[in-house]
Amino acid sequence: MSTTAAPHDPAEIDAIIQSNMDLEGPLLPILHGMQAAFGCVPDAARAPIADALNITEAELHGVISFYHDFRREPAGRHVLKICRAEACQAVGANALGEDLLAILGLDWHGTSADGRVTVEPVYCLGLCACGPAAMVDGQVRGRVTAEALVAEVSA
Amino acid sequence: MKVWVPRDAAAKALGADAVAAAFEAAGAEVVRNGSRGMIWLEPLVEVEQGGVRVGYGPATVETVGAIMDGSAESLGPVEDIPFYARQNRLTFQRCGVVDPLSLADYEAHGGLTGLRNALEMSAEDITAHVTDSGLRGRGGAGFPTGIKWNTVRQAEADQKYIVCNADEGDSGTFADRMIMEGDPFCLIEGMVIAGLGVGATKGYIYLRSEYPDAIEVMERAIEIARENNILGAVLHSEYEFDMEVRVGAGAYVCGEETSLLNSLEGKRGVVRAKPPLPALEGFLGRPTVVNNVISLATVPVIFEKGAAHYASFGLGRSKGTMPIQIAGNVRHGGLFETAFGMPLGELVNDIAGGTASGRPVKAVQVGGPLGAYFAPEKFDTPFAYEPFDGAGGLIGHAGVVVFDDSADMLGMARFAMEFCAIESCGKCTPCRIGAVRGVETLDRIRDGDGTAIPLLVDLCETMKDGSLCALGGFTPFPVMSALEQFPEEFTGVREAAE
Repeated sequence: MSTTAAPHDPAEIDAIIQSNMDLEGPLLPILHGMQAAFGCVPDAARAPIADALNITEAELHGVISFYHDFRREPAGRHVLKICRAEACQAVGANALGEDLLAILGLDWHGTSADGRVTVEPVYCLGLCACGPAAMVDGQVRGRVTAEALVAEVSA
Repeated sequence: MKVWVPRDAAAKALGADAVAAAFEAAGAEVVRNGSRGMIWLEPLVEVEQGGVRVGYGPATVETVGAIMDGSAESLGPVEDIPFYARQNRLTFQRCGVVDPLSLADYEAHGGLTGLRNALEMSAEDITAHVTDSGLRGRGGAGFPTGIKWNTVRQAEADQKYIVCNADEGDSGTFADRMIMEGDPFCLIEGMVIAGLGVGATKGYIYLRSEYPDAIEVMERAIEIARENNILGAVLHSEYEFDMEVRVGAGAYVCGEETSLLNSLEGKRGVVRAKPPLPALEGFLGRPTVVNNVISLATVPVIFEKGAAHYASFGLGRSKGTMPIQIAGNVRHGGLFETAFGMPLGELVNDIAGGTASGRPVKAVQVGGPLGAYFAPEKFDTPFAYEPFDGAGGLIGHAGVVVFDDSADMLGMARFAMEFCAIESCGKCTPCRIGAVRGVETLDRIRDGDGTAIPLLVDLCETMKDGSLCALGGFTPFPVMSALEQFPEEFTGVREAAE
């Protein structure tokens, strides 16, 4: 539950890289592995990944920065993903998003000062017939209200 | 007492896990099935009574006791509910019926029959059979699947691949998710048959990270398929096929097949220029079939019941059935698989019962964020590839998103441009720059600048003609369809000043 940036163990970084090296196209699995272990793709992992895959760090940065999922710093203790796509808009997602951000005093992609919660937009969770939809720490939620979501991340 | 409580993400999002736990605590035998697709009834619990599965829904923890002692009011036999009874379920024949991770259940309901039939056929006959079925790409492009397969079959290479596009990013669509969570072996079987048909021994499912439940079920199903020789030496034959799940990373454009291939290779998900076709130079430069989940999951039933049976459904060149997803502001939302040809209005008003808010339907968007808006004046359009093309739209992945009369159509047009700007891969200028200019131009129109309308029309033409892929090329569909059908909302009636 700690959000302080732990020093990233080089041996663990190396183990994640090595466990994916016999895959065809190993980079995304490696980046997902880093994120699962550290909550982000730590800067300390960049040189070893680039080295193992024989690509430049610039190329690696290009890949990491292309995808919405990969973070440079860990998110808050809770991550709220709010669907902003059309089907959820049809049932009030815009107002939901505004209310939620106002209650939490955050903007999209923002993390609360106490590190408790990060709010992110997502474009479709496939819950389009029971919107507005959201995801709380990886768990799906349908027909949500701002109040219910805030209650879930209050601890 | 045996009860079925769906493990589908939509059911879970509405509390199915707690309901399942309550049944278990009360001593019931709980099967976690997929969803029947009647999302407004989820969690839809089923109990077997006299050999018939009777439904209760939406179920809550509080109603568990009453369902178990028989005092709760039921929906009657699930398969008699009109929304379900009116479907032609071919691709989704087992979804919601079986335990998704029981291979015995799968085989008892027709599973593996298609694969066994395919093992008796030559590769050439397999691809010809798919061509004869009339199956077209269900991801949206509608390209004949058999012709794609035949191109890969005829390509010479030491390694070929089957890549399943499970990057279902279109708003209003969830058919891929539902079948992966509700009948994963069906997709595996379809991919193995594709491998036999084209001579590929390795498959990948590129599955979006927004679908953690589908990832979990699919990965477990692949393990079970390996343990039971569906993968590996296919049903103990001389054919080899194996597959794995690869998780996407939140980029919408990776649903475009060449962008997907780059992403699978570990690169930025940037679109590739075609040619070369992925069928000839795809994953790692090798011949690759890239098919949508529903295309591949429809293959087993074609080989089980025959190409002619499948082709006997449909309208004109749109053969077979389509799992249509009805979503948004809708009373009875869910998945409705039917033969091509049902008029759009019948789907929206009759099947789905109009809006959830009870207000009049203003428009529906068909085919995801790149699909056109259809006002009720166009509701007689039959749901099929060519008629939608003729009506200035597309069926895409068959998502239908319903909006009531409170919808702000200029706002929706602006959102289409905004979304394109966020998700553009950046490779081609019309999409990368055009989408940003589109947002600005729509803001000018909202602020009362009528001279910006011809500019918007011109910009849409440029994006349509000049973009490399469907993201930039089709974003004009929602924008122009909103402008053409609701011009009064684009007259620049100034709202609250900035």
